[in-house]
Amino acid sequence: MSQTFKIRKGYDIKLVGEASSNDLGQYSPSTYAVSPLDFPGITPKLAVKAGAKVLAGETLFFDKDRPEVKICAPVSGEVAEIKRGAKRKILAVLLLADSEVSYANHGAFDLKKGNREAAASHFSNTGVGAFITTRPYGVAASMNEQPRDIFVNGVQSGPLNGDLATQLAGKGEAVQAAINALTLMTTGKVYLSHDADVPAVAELQVEGATHVSFSGKHPKGLVGTQIAKAAPINKGEVVWTVNAVDLPIIGRAFLTGEYAPEYKVAITGSKSMNTGYATMLQGVSLNGFISANMNTQNTRIISGDVLTGTQQATDGFLSFGKAQLTAIPEGNQTEFFGWVLPGFGKFSTNRAFWGWLFPNRKYDLDTNMHGEERAFVVSGEYEKFIPMDIFPQQLLRSILIRDIEKMEQLGIYEVVPEDFAIAEVACTSKLPLQQIVRDGLNDLRKEMM
Amino acid sequence: MKFVQNIFDKTRPLVEKDGKRNILYPLHNALETMAFVPDHTTHSGAHVRDAIDLKRTMVTVIFAMVPALLFGMWNIGRLHFAAIGEEAALLDSFLFGALKMLPLITVTYAAGLGVEIFFSWKRNHPVNEGFLVSGLLIPMIMPVDIPLWMVAVSTIFAVLIGKEVFGGTGMNLLNPALTARAFAFFAYPTWMSGDQVWINTKGGEVVDGYSGATALGDLATTVGQGMGNPATDAVMAQFGSGGHYSFMNAFLGLIPGSIGETSALLILLGGLFLVFKGVGSWKIMLSFFIGGFVMAGIFNVFAVNEFMGLNPLHQLMLGGFIFGMVFMATDPVSAAQTESGKYIYGFLAGFFGIMIRVFNPAYPEGIMLAILFMNVMAPLIDYYVVEANIKRRAKRVAHA
Repeated sequence: MSQTFKIRKGYDIKLVGEASSNDLGQYSPSTYAVSPLDFPGITPKLAVKAGAKVLAGETLFFDKDRPEVKICAPVSGEVAEIKRGAKRKILAVLLLADSEVSYANHGAFDLKKGNREAAASHFSNTGVGAFITTRPYGVAASMNEQPRDIFVNGVQSGPLNGDLATQLAGKGEAVQAAINALTLMTTGKVYLSHDADVPAVAELQVEGATHVSFSGKHPKGLVGTQIAKAAPINKGEVVWTVNAVDLPIIGRAFLTGEYAPEYKVAITGSKSMNTGYATMLQGVSLNGFISANMNTQNTRIISGDVLTGTQQATDGFLSFGKAQLTAIPEGNQTEFFGWVLPGFGKFSTNRAFWGWLFPNRKYDLDTNMHGEERAFVVSGEYEKFIPMDIFPQQLLRSILIRDIEKMEQLGIYEVVPEDFAIAEVACTSKLPLQQIVRDGLNDLRKEMM
Repeated sequence: MKFVQNIFDKTRPLVEKDGKRNILYPLHNALETMAFVPDHTTHSGAHVRDAIDLKRTMVTVIFAMVPALLFGMWNIGRLHFAAIGEEAALLDSFLFGALKMLPLITVTYAAGLGVEIFFSWKRNHPVNEGFLVSGLLIPMIMPVDIPLWMVAVSTIFAVLIGKEVFGGTGMNLLNPALTARAFAFFAYPTWMSGDQVWINTKGGEVVDGYSGATALGDLATTVGQGMGNPATDAVMAQFGSGGHYSFMNAFLGLIPGSIGETSALLILLGGLFLVFKGVGSWKIMLSFFIGGFVMAGIFNVFAVNEFMGLNPLHQLMLGGFIFGMVFMATDPVSAAQTESGKYIYGFLAGFFGIMIRVFNPAYPEGIMLAILFMNVMAPLIDYYVVEANIKRRAKRVAHA
């Protein structure tokens, strides 16, 4: 029997545009892109040149400081272009896919006999190591680290998150293989979390993991919450985190040696004309898909959910590690005296507007800020949404004044930006909390390296 | 609402960076964002945001203050006409008070916002909403007949020294409204205390037996007379049922005092509204009340004079205790900011408020001083609360 934690602090943002059970089929156009911007904390060094031929699972670029952190091609084909920005910063590696994907052969891995060292290089070479994030810092993990524990997040409770049972259906064998592979990487435990409020996902009933369950409000689905409840991180410790939705990709890389980052992507949001699940590879060009399935009139397209996803242009690409697309209206209109009106139809996490009278209403939220940025004024606001033993506002202040010692003392090692996402939504002062935390983590990391 | 938007659009070039009236940019921006919630969209982090902003928070507080404000206006007129022995209808009393109150409010907003706008222009940031509340609080805690220029000077002092020198809204150590009152209290004591300032008696002869003192002023005269001294009987009779300062009168607010502070009932109503709306901290209000009650209770048990011996609940209904509890101590910036710190902060503010009031009859309004004192102490309280968290975390490392 697994342990169950009840998450009382938090908030479920209810939106219209949930993914229906429709299967929107396979979507595989010819252009793909892999962007280093999806990997905070990486200084990309290219392993390929424009015009080169690559196989799926061959390294496109790696981290300059930690060459074992490799990012691989999702498809086979030709490197069409290296897109650069100011100061020749690499923005994306564009790929022109073959009609039939051929895989780099990394060989199957014998999970029964394998040791940590061999598993580490298999993780690194096949590209699936990039699915592992390390805490502190919330950056792609180096396989040379020794994590205390590994947390696999099997709870998807964010706004309009897809149904994990649908996304993992039929992939039980690969999931088990991934857990076995992860077990090789730590001397500690591999935790696997479950959502106690939805029917158990058959594919996640695996052996070798320590099962923990979470019920209650979001952020029960953030791995930071799960770590804080099950086994908090202390200074000097490293913990790896993996999303359950990535497990089949990891498993396949160990079972067959192939890197095939394929997802059943949840298509969600009020601006999606067809919601449901579409099968896509990571990095896929979304152009055709969006014009066919979404209303693009004044729309924001997001890879991921509205809390932590990244904005995509209508000709953008599916970001790394995201198995969700959300389309919501842009909120670029003014509102006459919006701050005085009763606001029966307004979304708010507190009762200042009368919308709280309808707690179960689903909202069609747009991207309006609903106000200007201000200094910290209200206190006790963030605490309501962060079920961890930290003082969020004090931590944020220590980051803003770049007080490294205070940041450490206040527990910056335990958090990554996404842990502040709901608080950011609720923030009366409209402060960019996730960006502040990201900046703090970057500063800290620079200091430590 | 197109024409309103047009006005803003047309005037914007005048106040923009190279415009002739650039100094008015903060004012233009403040008015425009007041009329229209801006069309800004999210550009980092979460893509959707709560409808709440600081304007909403502040206007919620203002709504909560309105009942006490209206009552205060009426009470000014009621006391005035009673003092000169005239009968007056409810509306006459109210209009009399409103005519007294409106200039006070206007002058406070003009003085305070003037300073705010100047600093916004200097610092190149938008005008903050904090003063919307402070600007209404200040007139509510002044005596009715205070000269307008004193209010203006006190307000300017409060905004300048109480707030802007620390960096503006969100950075201040002291509650700006109380800073204004404290300034007026020490700079113009004859206009801020005694028995001449609380009731407007101009335009008529006062009736026999009229006293312009407040309940606390009268109570202060009993200090040093011991318990049960016949000399204090006349005063204490006013606190019995049927007296001017009976519990019921104090609770309803039918007593002299600063304009908005008298009606415990309506202030508590505002407090409930704030707590219900999630804008005011119930932790501070509750612990403040308990703190005051405990101190008043201790005095009651060990009373050596009638002031100390007053029924604790009655004690709390007098003066600015309830007003301070609901609208002053709860200012989120100057209060303790940690959740457990709020209990300590509120308790001590209430506790010291009653202590100062009773022990130092020269300062009948101990609540103001107690809250300001606790404003200064709040960062220290937070420091220890946060330090406990740091220690707990350090201990976890040691055990791991």
